[in-house]
Amino acid sequence: MPGTANPPSSRFGAGFAARIGRGTLVLLGDAGRMAILSARVLRQVLIAPLRRRPIRWRATLAQVARAGTESLPLVALIMLLVGMILGLQSANQLDRFGVVDLVAGLVSVSVARELAPLLTAIIVAGRVGSSIAAELGTMQVDQEIDALTVMGIDPVHFLVAPRIVGLVIALPCLTVFGDAVGILGGFLVGIGVLQLGATSYLMNSLTALHLDDVWGGIAKAVAFAAIIGVVGCERGLATRGGAEQVGRSTTAAVVRSIVLVIAADLFVTGLLYAGGGA
Amino acid sequence: MSGDDPRGPAIEIEGLEKSFGGEPVLRGVDLVVRRGEILVILGASGSGKSTLLRCLVGLEQPDAGRICLSGIDLFGDDPDRVAALRERMGVAFQGGALFGSLTVAENVDLPLTEFTRLPESTRRIVVDIKLALVGLSEARDLLPSELSGGMVKRAALARAMALDPELLFCDEPSAGLDPITSAGIDQLLLRLREVFGVTLVVVTHELESAFSIADRIALLHRGRVRATGTPEALRASDDPVVRHFLDRRPEGEAMEGHLLDGLRERRNHA
Repeated sequence: MPGTANPPSSRFGAGFAARIGRGTLVLLGDAGRMAILSARVLRQVLIAPLRRRPIRWRATLAQVARAGTESLPLVALIMLLVGMILGLQSANQLDRFGVVDLVAGLVSVSVARELAPLLTAIIVAGRVGSSIAAELGTMQVDQEIDALTVMGIDPVHFLVAPRIVGLVIALPCLTVFGDAVGILGGFLVGIGVLQLGATSYLMNSLTALHLDDVWGGIAKAVAFAAIIGVVGCERGLATRGGAEQVGRSTTAAVVRSIVLVIAADLFVTGLLYAGGGA
Repeated sequence: MSGDDPRGPAIEIEGLEKSFGGEPVLRGVDLVVRRGEILVILGASGSGKSTLLRCLVGLEQPDAGRICLSGIDLFGDDPDRVAALRERMGVAFQGGALFGSLTVAENVDLPLTEFTRLPESTRRIVVDIKLALVGLSEARDLLPSELSGGMVKRAALARAMALDPELLFCDEPSAGLDPITSAGIDQLLLRLREVFGVTLVVVTHELESAFSIADRIALLHRGRVRATGTPEALRASDDPVVRHFLDRRPEGEAMEGHLLDGLRERRNHA
């Protein structure tokens, strides 16, 4: 800007640093709120039932059903396509070594360990995490959360815990379903395009795939579900102001949960599979 | 602590202070609400009346001061006693705050399901009584999104009255309503007091509504109670702030007033 003493670059630098600093503070605050919310949910799930305040199973099952119906078709479509893509890509490479029949094992193990848990979580973050944030955000803006609090009904018990527990139940189920559909995609490419025998493909798949691979994927799905649920609820409850803020919360919930899911994926993968062991 | 004395005041507020981000909103509010009376908290936007109400219903923790509802200190007493207190108070929010996924009847039923062990048939009767009381019997199976503005306020009152509270708080009961619907809500509030003997605290900026329902009015100005008294006493007040508010004139130091006066003078000279 003309007429100012500071050269533009250093002013830009200072502004940039200030923005990073402010952004970091906001993120730390949000992380703190997520931790508090997680602790409150854990108390509702683990301790409150001992004090004769059982979690709301009917509401929780409704959330399981919602997460399932909202995501199932999309999980089926995307895992089928990804299984097929993976089959084609790996066949291309494995053919050079003359071991095309390894496609079966490669597809099933990658799908079960990595692709089904991760992609299903991303789909669920987009469909269910966003709608949780939008729903709780609207309730916050319309003072429905205040109304619950004033009535003496804990919103964490009434709204948050059923949503998070519902996701923790639904996402592993969706992931196992995604495993099956992804392996089916590879199978279709294997017998249709690569001319592998159906029986030998299935036999190869089953030999390569250990139950531990499926369990590893389920363990990831549980962690991802908790992340998506906590982020969606936290963003929803943190909504302030008017209806236009609900849209922001929704977007923020999806972006944050996807980033955190992928970061958690690296962490869990490191825990489960580091050191080359299988 | 006076305990749960049935003859003591319904609400005692002492030296209530609250600020947001260093900006004081309540600067020492003192107020007593008697049992069975309708107290209207009147004030312009920004006078702190919404914050005062949020403190009264326990949604906002004050920085200093004390609120006693039926002798129980809202922020200092045993949490179990405060929790029990919540079942004895009802709140009707400005926008209704009805649960959008539940029908009108289910909204009214929610406090009953949560806090009583009544069987479903009994709860159904209680819900029907409350809905008849507010004139919404026909709307019992509608969703909040299908209600008009006045019906939303009525449903909110029915839900607030579900557990027959001793204390009923209403936030801007006539805001956003046409004058006739708004007068209907005023009549309803009077009837609730008459039938249930409930103590009513109504926050509003609508003069007409305030004067038609209030036993006493507390005028909130810049985070303090500027004046309290019966509607007649307030009308007779010569406090300039009270006069300005009741005569619906902008405050003396407000720019528009001076500008308009100036313009008028110039026009008269021309």
